[in-house]
Amino acid sequence: MTTIAHDLDRRNERITTGLVASTLTITRRAALRYLRTPQLIVMATVQMSLFFLIYRYMFGGAIQAGSVPYVDYLVPGFIATGVLFSGIGAAVATAEDVEQGFVDRLRSLPIPRSSVLAARVLADTAILALAAAVTVAIAFAVGFRLHGSLLDGLAAFGLVIVFGFAFEWLFVTMGLFAGTGQAAQGMGMIVFPLAFVSSAYVTVASMPGWLQVFAKHQPLTDMVDAVRGLTLGTRARVELGHPSSYYVARSLVWTAAILAVAVPLAVARYRRG
Amino acid sequence: MTATIEARALEKRYRKSRALDGLELVAEPGGVTAVLGPNGAGKTTFVRAVATLLRLDSGTLRVFGHDVGREPERVRRLLGLAGQFAAVEPAMSGRENLELVARLYGQDRRTARASAQRVLEQLGLVEPADRLVRTYSGGMRRRLDLGASLVGQPRLLLLDEPTTGLDPRSRIELWDAIRALVETGTDVLLTTQYLDEADQLAGRIVIIDHGRTIAEGTPAELKCRVGGHVIEVHTQRRDQLATIAETLARLDHGEAQIDEATRRVTVGADSAGDGLGAAVSALDAAGVEIDDIALRQPTLDEVFLALTGRSATDEAAAA
Repeated sequence: MTTIAHDLDRRNERITTGLVASTLTITRRAALRYLRTPQLIVMATVQMSLFFLIYRYMFGGAIQAGSVPYVDYLVPGFIATGVLFSGIGAAVATAEDVEQGFVDRLRSLPIPRSSVLAARVLADTAILALAAAVTVAIAFAVGFRLHGSLLDGLAAFGLVIVFGFAFEWLFVTMGLFAGTGQAAQGMGMIVFPLAFVSSAYVTVASMPGWLQVFAKHQPLTDMVDAVRGLTLGTRARVELGHPSSYYVARSLVWTAAILAVAVPLAVARYRRG
Repeated sequence: MTATIEARALEKRYRKSRALDGLELVAEPGGVTAVLGPNGAGKTTFVRAVATLLRLDSGTLRVFGHDVGREPERVRRLLGLAGQFAAVEPAMSGRENLELVARLYGQDRRTARASAQRVLEQLGLVEPADRLVRTYSGGMRRRLDLGASLVGQPRLLLLDEPTTGLDPRSRIELWDAIRALVETGTDVLLTTQYLDEADQLAGRIVIIDHGRTIAEGTPAELKCRVGGHVIEVHTQRRDQLATIAETLARLDHGEAQIDEATRRVTVGADSAGDGLGAAVSALDAAGVEIDDIALRQPTLDEVFLALTGRSATDEAAAA
């Protein structure tokens, strides 16, 4: 018995494959799965653009959003809530990996267990960044303009990715608990109240009182206002009531809170198997 | 010599059920051990426990002497898992899938490429290697899944119902692949619902039910306990079922079972060839019209009936 143990020690100097190497390997697979399904990308882009144009040109005419043009009001909201809608895809993909045994295979391999979740979140955040960039391009094409500095604009984009990263953990947790793609899709419906009962598309002040209570106390409103504040420049204070730094700080507190809840939940669920 | 797998008094409870209820199993090095049992017997739970995928409530489980709970990393290094589902990525080619798993075993790029090539050749997947897996047939996917469990050159291969849902030809191809592996010195633990599969591949069969071991032995030993083979007769004539049963019973095979619904009579046969020949002549002499007569292996259901006095499928249906 000792000889066998000895041989093994020599053959496998490292028992576990490195965290970075295994994370990147699994990330690549998750990204390829998406990139090699062009239908998925085309469908998602077309759908997103259509909704965007409907808001911009159809509802937009009837919506009052303070003194700024509606397109400048809408774009930050549309992009910030966009991370929620791409998050549903992450929940479904995670659940399908569980359902189809891919997670079992990964868990049976000599890799750090955290690399599987990290890879999922990394890949989905990258995809979400890509989608956000496409939306930004369309936004500029239909008349959206930055009123602050370019740097503020980049910071706003960065914030969207940070929010997206935090929400990814929530969606991955959802996917792990759902266990099947269909169930995950169903659980994904939770994004609708979050996205619509917020300051993303219309002002909170225009909502009935009871909805305002929810809209003011949920993360999306602060996140949207943070992004909006950064793109409105000096007009932010007038339009929103506080300087953009106020909303940025609040939204980052929300982000931290989401991560503090979702990461341990996802890890615990993943470990239990 | 250290046992490949040593399981003592394994228990795993889920909210309502006991998936493992004192399971005992020892798999010796060299060859295939088959875990045979009906749906819900605890086969998959056991494989998942060996693969370090779940925490046991009690009992000891060692793989090559390493405790699964205390040294899971070492155990993972030594085994490969292929499941009921083909856990391969459809949006990647066969080669890419194998390289992915090889990289996760810690192989560098060049070694991973060589391992993938070796496995592709071993499983006859060289020709479709660079096509996306989404274009593969079910059998090809299953073979690739088996391949993915091999790139790390495991010393123990876990196969959870590897042929469930495959057509007969793919099944036989996969059996051949498994046999070839065993020749290269890999130990295999296989779960199956099919007695013939266990018989084809395994040197040792462990029958489990309700999370407990109820019988074990070589295929020959177990079949002996069941009564060797079974002669099965089909007829169009419902009125002749009784005559057929009487005729077969007179051949000293013991009591014949009549299944009215499928117009079928079955009877145990101890010695293979002679039994069938004698049955054909006896039925001919009795002047009954038969559609089909065959000598076959007992099914899991019949093994169960012999070992436990009750049917495996009734149990599953009731659960």
